[in-house]
Amino acid sequence: MYAWHFTEMPYPGHPDPDTVPSVRVSLPNKHFDPKVGADLYNRYLDEHMVADDLGLNCMLNEHHQTATCLDVAAPLSAAILARQTSKARICVLGNPMSNRDDPVRVAEEMAMVDCISRGRLDAGFVRGVPYEVFAANTNPTQTLERLWEGIDLCVKAWTHRDGCFNFEGKFWHKRSVNIWPTPYQQPHPPVWITGSSDKENIRKVASRGFTFAMFLQPHEKVREMFDAYREASIYDDPEEVRRHIAYMPLVATGENEDEAERLAKKVSWYLGAKTAPQFRNPPGYVPVSFNVNALKGTYSGRTDAVRTRGIDYLKEQGVLMYGTPDQLFEQVKTFYDHVGGFGQLLMMQQAGHMTHEETVKSMTLFAKEVYPRIREEFAFKPAKKGAAAE
Amino acid sequence: MDAWYFTEMPYPHLPPQEAYESDRVNLSNAVFDPEIGAALYNRYLDEYVIADDLGLNSMLNEHHQTPTCLDAAVPLTAAILARETTKGRILVLGNPVANRDDPVRIAEEMAMVDCISRGRLDAGFVRGVPYEIFGSNTNPSQTMERLWDGLDLIIKAWTTRDGPFNYESPHWHKRAINIWPIPYQEPHPPIWTTGSTDGPNVDRVARRGFHFASFLQPHERVRVLFDRYRAAATDEPEAATRRLGFMPIVAVGENEKEAMERAAKLRWFIQSKTAPQFRNPPGYVSVDINVRALKGEFAGRTAAIRQEGMDYLIEKGVVMAGTPDQVIAQVERFYQRVGGFGHLLVMLQAGFLDHEETVRNITLFAKEVYPRIRHLADTAKDDGARPTARTGQA
Amino acid sequence: MAKATTGNFEFLKVQDVDLEVERRGAGAPLVLLDDEEGLTREAAFVDDLAKSHEVIIPSAPGFGHSSRPDWIETMDDIAYIMLDFLDQAGIEDATVLGFSLGGWIAAEMAVKNVARIGRLALVDPYGIKVGGPWDRDIQDIWFLPKDEVQALKYADASNGDIDYTEMPDEKLEVVARNRESFARFCWRPYMHNPKLKRRLHRITVPTLVIWGADDGVVTTDYGKAFADEIPGARFEVIEGGGHFPHLEQPAAFMDVLGGFLAGSQKAA
Repeated sequence: MYAWHFTEMPYPGHPDPDTVPSVRVSLPNKHFDPKVGADLYNRYLDEHMVADDLGLNCMLNEHHQTATCLDVAAPLSAAILARQTSKARICVLGNPMSNRDDPVRVAEEMAMVDCISRGRLDAGFVRGVPYEVFAANTNPTQTLERLWEGIDLCVKAWTHRDGCFNFEGKFWHKRSVNIWPTPYQQPHPPVWITGSSDKENIRKVASRGFTFAMFLQPHEKVREMFDAYREASIYDDPEEVRRHIAYMPLVATGENEDEAERLAKKVSWYLGAKTAPQFRNPPGYVPVSFNVNALKGTYSGRTDAVRTRGIDYLKEQGVLMYGTPDQLFEQVKTFYDHVGGFGQLLMMQQAGHMTHEETVKSMTLFAKEVYPRIREEFAFKPAKKGAAAE
Repeated sequence: MDAWYFTEMPYPHLPPQEAYESDRVNLSNAVFDPEIGAALYNRYLDEYVIADDLGLNSMLNEHHQTPTCLDAAVPLTAAILARETTKGRILVLGNPVANRDDPVRIAEEMAMVDCISRGRLDAGFVRGVPYEIFGSNTNPSQTMERLWDGLDLIIKAWTTRDGPFNYESPHWHKRAINIWPIPYQEPHPPIWTTGSTDGPNVDRVARRGFHFASFLQPHERVRVLFDRYRAAATDEPEAATRRLGFMPIVAVGENEKEAMERAAKLRWFIQSKTAPQFRNPPGYVSVDINVRALKGEFAGRTAAIRQEGMDYLIEKGVVMAGTPDQVIAQVERFYQRVGGFGHLLVMLQAGFLDHEETVRNITLFAKEVYPRIRHLADTAKDDGARPTARTGQA
Repeated sequence: MAKATTGNFEFLKVQDVDLEVERRGAGAPLVLLDDEEGLTREAAFVDDLAKSHEVIIPSAPGFGHSSRPDWIETMDDIAYIMLDFLDQAGIEDATVLGFSLGGWIAAEMAVKNVARIGRLALVDPYGIKVGGPWDRDIQDIWFLPKDEVQALKYADASNGDIDYTEMPDEKLEVVARNRESFARFCWRPYMHNPKLKRRLHRITVPTLVIWGADDGVVTTDYGKAFADEIPGARFEVIEGGGHFPHLEQPAAFMDVLGGFLAGSQKAA
């Protein structure tokens, strides 16, 4: 198993959520102080360099118009890490393909990062969480279609080697695509995609051989989705299937239980970030059947329980893993058993008001005390080919 | 006078030029070897860091589908320099707004680079050279209006502070724009744009107070453009002059022989070829210029520069080459001929000029030439007028 | 190639477009929608048509001397202007004959309203997409070298030779402007309206689709697919003709067109 350091690069200095309707989409950017922001960017990037030194991989993502995530252009931070890290793989999870207006540019950006990092890129694509459609002004009923058309165009751009090709799809029209540079990795960097509830889409991810990732979901739900992925996987070797399955919990490692719990509460800041109701479920983002339940009051967005229950619930569900190194190891193992195994542990080790010192201490403890045991316990048997990490 | 180090990040390892139709657009990327490409990217970035150490500013640009420029996404390299350089300013010249499908993303990218660099960004915007529309599939008759429409949207996104705004224009529809982060500089980074033939557009740039730059053009042409800019600017000609930039190819040597050998290598850039059908897509230039093209009187904007010899290029100021004294004299001569300008964008690397030679060229320029041309335009005067770091929350 | 005469020109205000309209001859109305290069109106067969018809040649917005307000962006916009023109000019039972881009405009008009259209003849039109996203249905005339484009357009490439250096500026301006407008309207989506294919079934008037056997820009397969979408349309191929079969094989072209007009038109 491989582990990845992650922070959403939050700007925690925004007003008390109780005093504003939403910290996403509509929170005026006058609450952003560029001097504070500049320090935060450089600090979060420094922490990724520390993670690299510690032998962890790096994961980046992007969101827009929100105090929860300053990384509004993941290809930029990925380019920086491509230069400033030396060992880690760099996973962009992901490029919001549905909300980006040019998949060929995404292909170019990823190819550049892959070259600069000499083949250390894992390229993820996502359709974007519901609130993203407001800033992007993407039609919420078409995000999945756009995601897949964009991926097809991007992969073709990466792999086409005979001059220009034509593409006249539903959303994008290009007539002479012949990108320079091409990716460093052949035929192209490993592709990752996220999901949470749409099994049909998960089967599509599996049938393409892409890595599937789930974030911050209760273990029963994760099991259900991972099972759906495993059934549809194109890989014969179960180890290869496992290698393509990823999960992200919040992670806080402490020297003792008190310290871990204190950090766990801090990192849980992320789950409390507030999104106004009208931004949570734009029409057409989820299927009609979900929206029937929403109208009946039995469905109120995908993350309600996770947002509102306490840290004991989160720990029990595997959404939050915290404790001493021994406890953390046990939690990973328990979760692993609950969900039928997985190969990539994406760890949100920084969120909210966690300071630089706290973050570095937690990730160092994890890297030195927990990671070696995890790697041994869940080691991949020799893979045939197409390693996603190392 | 400010100087800005520049390379287009070329990939010069190509088949013989007569073996293919065009360097740009359709030369198959099968020619690109990622191993060599990776080494070149990192080498070019190292050279920028060296230039920064030597006191030069950095300029970056982007092109697509061409071995003449591996920087296919300039916000990425700008982000890297924002982290890896410490002193110099970073000029992106520019973001091809007309060919990018989302100006708000450009606003976000530039704001992020400005924050990471702590306010060292100069943000340029271009409509893109003609061949760029083939890769991007932008309508060639609309590049100018897309540039300005996009630029308005970007500035609005950078400067709006009180929550989401609406923008529904011919080219872009957004309904809730409220970007995070905003730029580090208040109210926003200095804006640059480029031009070569379009007079009314120069007027527009001047009236908006943006920087204007011209690349690799003969001094007579540059004079016309710069005079037009000064006449249309709303401030004093002396102040307007300081916002003008020019890019020559520059080769400095210990002696003349060394310099001329270096210049010959750098000339690779202007000898790269573009197939005729990519040079002037319909509607990119005005109808009257196309009438001349049909009569055979206009063969694209750079025909003479591509064909003429080194003496011509040096005489015109397109190439500045020689010993430090000679290059200084050439800069001064050009400065006089065009009525002054504030920014010298120096293409000190191109083609097969290798790392050692490039560093030598950068070093000679930075140490022997730059200190002696700084006085030409008192750009330090603008430091106060330049957008500066914020003092606190808006 | 024999050159045609010119007729009477006038400008009509259609919405805010100054529409250039040329008329030749007398008889039943035949609205000729020129190709994007403005070549067809200069062919001698147009005078032959004018012996039995009033040939009415409106220049589409942005072409010839017709103005091009900024809001005109698509073939849809142009088709509505042309329908407004038929209304304003009081034309009834028109034969609409469109060439290349003009054929596309004619098809866009006919799917919207055939009240004033009696019959339709389309010659090597663009306008629909037949294949999938990766297919190049219509050759990319802006991407390919000039000589290659000329070879695709003409059965005999030398038929496309034009010496622009000898033309008066006034004429060159029309050429340059036609090229610009063609790109303005047809760049992206490239030479087609993604919606048109599903609308062609609405064409309820007798329709003839004529295709040059050697058209390399849009092949006869494309032409056949175009005709198949129009209920009852006849599809005729002209040997020895390229994208402009009426220019390279005018006699064969007039035979096919004449037969269609005789069969679908009341005696003049």
